[in-house]
Amino acid sequence: MQFESFSAFLDMGGYGFYVWLSFGVSTALIFALIISSVRGHKQVIKNIAIRQQRDDKLRQLRKQRNDTKTNTDKEVTQ
Amino acid sequence: MWKWLHPYANPEVSYHFTGKLIPWLSALTVLFLSIGIIWALAFAPADYQQGDSFRIFYIHVPAASLSMGIYFGMAIAAFTSLVWQFKLADASAAAMAPVGAVFTAIALITGAAWGKPMWGTWWIWDARLTSELILLFLYLGVIALHSAFEDKTLAGKAAGILTLVGVINLPIIKYSVEWWNTLHQGSTVSKLGKPSMSVDMLWPFVFCFLGFALLVGVIVCIRFRSEILTRNSIRPWVKAIALEHTSSSKVAENK
Repeated sequence: MQFESFSAFLDMGGYGFYVWLSFGVSTALIFALIISSVRGHKQVIKNIAIRQQRDDKLRQLRKQRNDTKTNTDKEVTQ
Repeated sequence: MWKWLHPYANPEVSYHFTGKLIPWLSALTVLFLSIGIIWALAFAPADYQQGDSFRIFYIHVPAASLSMGIYFGMAIAAFTSLVWQFKLADASAAAMAPVGAVFTAIALITGAAWGKPMWGTWWIWDARLTSELILLFLYLGVIALHSAFEDKTLAGKAAGILTLVGVINLPIIKYSVEWWNTLHQGSTVSKLGKPSMSVDMLWPFVFCFLGFALLVGVIVCIRFRSEILTRNSIRPWVKAIALEHTSSSKVAENK
């Protein structure tokens, strides 16, 4: 251990402000990067799921419309 | 001989492989970084000239060398993608850019906080500092280009060309302290032959460096997986993952 007390550790031989500024900013930036990367991953999956549900709904609607259309066509030919 | 590499060119295999890799890499990162940082802050000796301000070195130097290392990796990926149209290389280049930008910013900020007590100034327009700042701008340009196009292949091409042009900056950063007169000190660790550092300062540095390198690996893996999903969003296996996600979140809501 290089320091005799906790206050000496915080003081860093008079350079406390600069040392803790460096370590603090670095920690903050790294955590921000990790959090945004993890959130981004979840968001990508969510967006794909939403688009998929929308596509499924559209496909169903189109199918229904096509079904009704073919019925009326049949009626016309009869 | 290199046939075992072939399956990893498949996005699905890469996605699941990196998914399995992340927990192991994270555990190693926490182990190395906690040992390294505690050692650096509390147990490493103070420098005989710079006193305890020297402890900034244990973040500053790993961040700075990783900022260049990530750029080099991104350049290799960009080259592979431009020459062989290898799509996963684009995804990995896009994943590396933001990580590199953050580490460049850390190198610049810790450098400023170390320069103030040692040189008497936060910033000076000399060769080393200016070329490192240009590296940050290159990263920001690459990130901007990757998100500027709806078509990811086109975006990858544009960003790749900028990346390759910017490679010229790497030797300039590396040798700036030898080619020009600068306030920045020469290298202590990566000197060929023997590093000019005492052993009880070198070991905590080795732990910090490996810890940060592993951390870069973890974050790049996470971002790489997101990039794979975005680029393959119409494939059935990606749809299956999305479906699994929605059903599991619905179960959580019902509970």
